[in-house]
Amino acid sequence: MRIEKCWFCSSTIYPGHGIQFVRNDAKIFRFCRSKCHKNFKMKRNPRKVKWTKAYRRLHGKDMTQDSTFEFERKRNRPERYDRNLTENTLKAIKTIDKVRSRREAKHIETRKKGKKAQLMREAVKELEQSINLVKAPGAFKEDNSLTLPKIKVKVSQTQAENQPMEE
Amino acid sequence: MVQYNFKNITVVPNGKDFIDIILSRTQRQTPTVVHKGYAISRLRQFYMRKVKYTQTNYYDKLSTIIDEFPRLDDIHPFYGDLLHVLYNKDHYKLALGQINTARNLISKIAKDYVRLLKYGDSLYRCKCLKVAALGRMCTVIKRVAPSLAYLEQIRQHMARLPSIDPNTRTILICGYPNVGKSSFINKITRADVDVQPYAFTTKSLFVGHTDYKYLRYQVIDTPGILDRPFEDRNIIEMCSITALAHLRAAVLFFLDISGSCGYTIAQQAALFHSIKSLFMNKPLTIVCNKTDLQPLEGISEEDMKLVMEMKAEAMKTVIGQGGEPTDDQGVLLTMSTLTEDGVIAVKNAACERLLDQRVEIKMKSKKINDCLNRFHVAIPKPRDQKERPPCIPQAVLEAKAKQAAEKEKRKTEKDLENENGGAGVYSASLKKNYILANDEWKEDVLPEILDGHNVYDFIDPDILQRLEELEQEEGLRQAEEVDDDFEMDGKELTPEEQQALAEIRKKKSLLIQQHRIKKSTAESRPIVPRKFDKDKQFTTRRMGRQLSALGLDPSKAIDRARSRSRGRKRERSPDNDGGDAMDMDVDTPNKRLRMRSRSRSRSVSRPPGELVPGEGFKDSAQKVKAQKLAKKSSKKRNKDARRGEADRVIPTLKPKHLFSGKRSSGKTDRR
Repeated sequence: MRIEKCWFCSSTIYPGHGIQFVRNDAKIFRFCRSKCHKNFKMKRNPRKVKWTKAYRRLHGKDMTQDSTFEFERKRNRPERYDRNLTENTLKAIKTIDKVRSRREAKHIETRKKGKKAQLMREAVKELEQSINLVKAPGAFKEDNSLTLPKIKVKVSQTQAENQPMEE
Repeated sequence: MVQYNFKNITVVPNGKDFIDIILSRTQRQTPTVVHKGYAISRLRQFYMRKVKYTQTNYYDKLSTIIDEFPRLDDIHPFYGDLLHVLYNKDHYKLALGQINTARNLISKIAKDYVRLLKYGDSLYRCKCLKVAALGRMCTVIKRVAPSLAYLEQIRQHMARLPSIDPNTRTILICGYPNVGKSSFINKITRADVDVQPYAFTTKSLFVGHTDYKYLRYQVIDTPGILDRPFEDRNIIEMCSITALAHLRAAVLFFLDISGSCGYTIAQQAALFHSIKSLFMNKPLTIVCNKTDLQPLEGISEEDMKLVMEMKAEAMKTVIGQGGEPTDDQGVLLTMSTLTEDGVIAVKNAACERLLDQRVEIKMKSKKINDCLNRFHVAIPKPRDQKERPPCIPQAVLEAKAKQAAEKEKRKTEKDLENENGGAGVYSASLKKNYILANDEWKEDVLPEILDGHNVYDFIDPDILQRLEELEQEEGLRQAEEVDDDFEMDGKELTPEEQQALAEIRKKKSLLIQQHRIKKSTAESRPIVPRKFDKDKQFTTRRMGRQLSALGLDPSKAIDRARSRSRGRKRERSPDNDGGDAMDMDVDTPNKRLRMRSRSRSRSVSRPPGELVPGEGFKDSAQKVKAQKLAKKSSKKRNKDARRGEADRVIPTLKPKHLFSGKRSSGKTDRR
């Protein structure tokens, strides 16, 4: 009994689930559920379908290279049974899992966080470049801080003179 | 004919069937359509063809019959005699002769009628001739029909004859009826001959095959022979006599010592003596059967004497051959087919004697010298008297001995299974013979799947070491992370900066919006120059506001703008505002002043045709015309109740917010 990987979405297929398709050139395609199977029959490329692991790895959303992946490798030559080795292996699987999931979470976090620094830099740049839209360089001479000037409508003398005419 | 297999003779058809076959074939294979209007030569040819075709067919079929049936003189005398015994040579020959004559008659008929047809002068006459010819041919066959039937019967019987090769090694079994001949052949060969208590169970010859010293021997079982004069023998007995007479075989004469066949030893001895002439040059063995009922030693004196006489006769045949007078082992044998006691011995003895005889004969013949010349056995000359036996290493001998012992002592898995309750109850422990470092581990159950992983994929002798390395790496990484976190918190914008940024972005978006409006309207409407500012966009007040928003002092700019817009007069005397009211309407084309005065005295609404400078019309008349055109264009449509500008319009048929996005639960089939 082996746990296989779905060809389309790379999820695990437990025994008794899914469909296996064997092509004429003897290549075996395993699918975890009919969703993946139907997508395959539609000839969709999993690398272009957003929710698959293949897409996520390709577009850098999930971690691709890591030393934890090297622990799990399909071995074709069976090893002679050794109880101690097996015990250690079982324990090791758990720790490796923990490490791997922690690393994956970290990867996603850094991915999301990374924008902040960039945004910060952009904001600073924008501030520097376009401050003139809001505060004229002349105003900076008087007041060096970034406080925005208030709108002042100065009533000029000529206006004051016109007022009695308007009335 | 070497095979003596009569199974391949073609079926001889019945008289009636024969005629039917030939005539229907003629009808099918020759052209059928003819009219009396044809040329006479064509008509003649048509009918001649039919006659000839029929004749050829008859000729062919009858020839096959004649050729395929064996000629009794040409085949081996054994078969010749056998067939004679079974079917009577004369009748057989007669039948075939009749067929031959029939064939010739048909040929003659055909010839005659073809000759007549050559001179046929009408369709009808030719047709009559053809009918007559075919009719006569068929009558010939009708007359021959009984012969055909007889030949068919013979053919069927011949096909079932056993295929006996007269030249190979043969063993013949003969004797009285019911002495045990068929039982014997059943025992030594795979033949399955009927064995019954009544006499003449075996009615014809039966053949079985057996092996001895890597050679194949034919064993022929014959029907029982009674002691009668030759002339009185029936067909069945004659079969065995024929076989005895013609086949060069080892003869086993069966003697029933117990007498349970119904005949005494005396009678059997009498028979023996009457047919002993047939045993010339054949290795003879007297076989005493049914010793389980009566052992050989237990018979009476006279019977013993008779038996000894027979043995003496048999010995003569031995002496006549190899020149070994004292070899009397294979001459008189006892056996019992019921208990199978001595059966093999008899067979071996007979085979051996036959082989010796045949080898002798071969050696004496001239042909053997050719064979002998071809091979030569080389015997190396011994160079000294030392004996050199075959050398087998001690280890091999020991291993062989051990193997033998083991085979007896070893307890197989099957025995174990049977002890513990049989196949359904006990299931063998497959892990019993595992070779492991520690025998306690044999019964361990190893999990194959853990947490969505295959355990087998992880098993590795160095896994502990690699795990340690991983842990170290992980520790280092975590330390680095903490450092990173500290660094990241430095950059933050102050609330002032945030506000300024927000303002900047708002201003930018406003500019973009305005630009977009301008762009879209510029394509469909004429651009009005700024001096015809209908919407009062470009006022000094506004300018002042904007400049102060930027933080600059607008007063100077406003003053300058106003001073410029007023014109010369106003500049010189800034106090002459009182006289404005009167001069404004006529002298100053300045829009601003006019607007001002207007705004003072009048309300904002205007009469429909009034020219507003910002709109882009040349004069009032043009504006009125434009309005009229606009109304006219939609009047008809409105009268036709067609869809117009005021009617409801869905600007976007597929708004994105309704047609995109996922549902948290449920389907998205219907949008």
